[in-house]
Amino acid sequence: MSSLLEVSGVSVTFDGYKAIRNLSFQIGQAEMRAIIGPNGAGKTTFMDIVTGKTRPDEGRVLWGEKSMNLLKMSEARIAQEGIGRKFQRPTVFEDQTVHANLLMSLKNPRGSFPCLFYRPSFKDEARVEELASEIGLSDALTRKSGELSHGQKQWLEIGMLLAQEPRLLLVDEPAAGMTLAEREHTTDILREAAKTRAVVVVEHDMEFVRRLNCKVTVLHEGSVLAEGSLDHVTANPQVIEVYLGR
Amino acid sequence: MSRPFILRNPSILVFLAALAAFTLGVTLMSEAFGSGAISTSFVKTLGKTLCLCLVALAMDLVWGYCGILSLGHFAFFGLGGYMVGMWLMYARTEIIVAEAMANAPIPPTDQEVVDAIGTQIFGVVGSSDFPMIWYFASSLPAQLALVVLVPGLLALVFGWLAFRSRVTGVYLSILTQAMTLALSLYLFQNESGLRGNNGLSGLQNLPGVTAGQATVSIWFLWASAAALALGYVLCAWVVSGKFGSVVRGIRDDEARVRFLGYSVEGYKLFIFTLTAVIAAIAGALYYPQAGIINPGEVAPIASIYLAVWVAIGGRGRLYGAVIGAAFVSIVSTWFTGGLVPSVPLGFYTIDWVDWWLVLLGLSFVLVTLFAPKGIGGLVDLVAGRIAPDRHGADYGPDKGSKRQGEGRG
Repeated sequence: MSSLLEVSGVSVTFDGYKAIRNLSFQIGQAEMRAIIGPNGAGKTTFMDIVTGKTRPDEGRVLWGEKSMNLLKMSEARIAQEGIGRKFQRPTVFEDQTVHANLLMSLKNPRGSFPCLFYRPSFKDEARVEELASEIGLSDALTRKSGELSHGQKQWLEIGMLLAQEPRLLLVDEPAAGMTLAEREHTTDILREAAKTRAVVVVEHDMEFVRRLNCKVTVLHEGSVLAEGSLDHVTANPQVIEVYLGR
Repeated sequence: MSRPFILRNPSILVFLAALAAFTLGVTLMSEAFGSGAISTSFVKTLGKTLCLCLVALAMDLVWGYCGILSLGHFAFFGLGGYMVGMWLMYARTEIIVAEAMANAPIPPTDQEVVDAIGTQIFGVVGSSDFPMIWYFASSLPAQLALVVLVPGLLALVFGWLAFRSRVTGVYLSILTQAMTLALSLYLFQNESGLRGNNGLSGLQNLPGVTAGQATVSIWFLWASAAALALGYVLCAWVVSGKFGSVVRGIRDDEARVRFLGYSVEGYKLFIFTLTAVIAAIAGALYYPQAGIINPGEVAPIASIYLAVWVAIGGRGRLYGAVIGAAFVSIVSTWFTGGLVPSVPLGFYTIDWVDWWLVLLGLSFVLVTLFAPKGIGGLVDLVAGRIAPDRHGADYGPDKGSKRQGEGRG
């Protein structure tokens, strides 16, 4: 199986602190992957590098069949190539309706002029309704997203991600601050998405990772410490040491 | 959702009706076409005010909707005025020179006519040669094109450099102030070719027009009202729909917009350039009514006033900007015109001509602190829309994002 994203030998230093050191790993076309690790392991920095927010000092990040170099592209260009990102804190456009948030995210030309003359087609409207029902916000389409609850905002953001139709979803702590029922719904949405695309979930919470039931990569001090099933990595003495302290 | 955009935005119709009623009312009370209740000079003041409303509209688009606090849009306004002023001055001087030379025994050559015009225009700065930038001054269509092209290109180049480097917030505001200051200092030099601190004058006289100022002032009032109406509809169209969603997204959280795949820099550049062009057209209509333009008009303070108008009127709603500009400039005319009686305090007399700016500054501070929706917020008060309580959280993480108090239910 050819890989969708290949990170090799990436290092990045902030003010002398090595946040990522010689990080290498691959993600396949349609797979779910959980990335776990203690605070400061470089999980968010890894996402910043892949989405173009942070430029690494060395290393390569290659994308897709043509092995495009993501490090040469702007954030917007990378997003257009099919990498969607969900932030830790729910970031939706609070001043705008759920409908507007989803419509803006739909996969359509992103330039100023196509956008200026854009009129939503029936297909687009139908897709917005479909997404809204998927994330449980059908009744809230005309509400301002700022009025939504924390969990609903998280879902809206996941819905916006799905609307982009990305080939790779990077999801940062999707279950933070959610109730148990909400967590289950979130797991369902992510598992469904992972059938057709790659989904990378960064998570603290072991219970949530167990529910995702997927391959796990453990990061520690900016590089991969262990990789495999959750049971496999949690049996690893190094991982136990990192998580439980010395 | 498929309803025409005018129906989705009923405030446009209300605005256009109010503007039409205002224009008709002024016309019927003017000296040229009506009862004469309004003096010609006041008609000019009202016409100029409409132009200021148009430039405030541009400011609201760039600041209230896109979150870019540009403190340089009056530079584009002034440049538009200079461009149209060059033709007005050239063409009118040409007529005067032609009349003066008509009685000469030998008919003057074309070169002699041009030299005579040059002497007339540039004598005041000790020169008589036309600088390169006056190359198109004899042609009205060319100068009208330059009204749009010169400020548009300046905004495009400046915006490209600034946005590409991701300059935002207060640093961008300072950069725009530096731009307008640099332009003003350049224009103050006699070598700039635009008559230094004398500026361009006599712009109220339209070449080849025999009608009096009373009539011309009404023409300009109509033109300004038409430009404001078109500008309002254009701005309302731009901020409606998906483009408007993206632009407001940039105001509140530009990083998020970037990760959706939109080129934030491209959108900012589009809005910055579009508003510069709108400002330039407003300036091109303003200065023929003012009669004179000099480099003081593009001083940095002018652009700051512009932001004050929009803030007082209510940022992020188009009619707010228009109301703010109209209200402040009319009240300003009233105070600075010596029409408000001084307040004798015994030991000191408050003379409003001097104290008006203090009053304006104070009201700006008070509006920002206690009524962030500005005068336009009164509409929400009537409609019963209260700003949602967000526990102090603004609508996004960016500096220019919508603030809690600006929200609408």
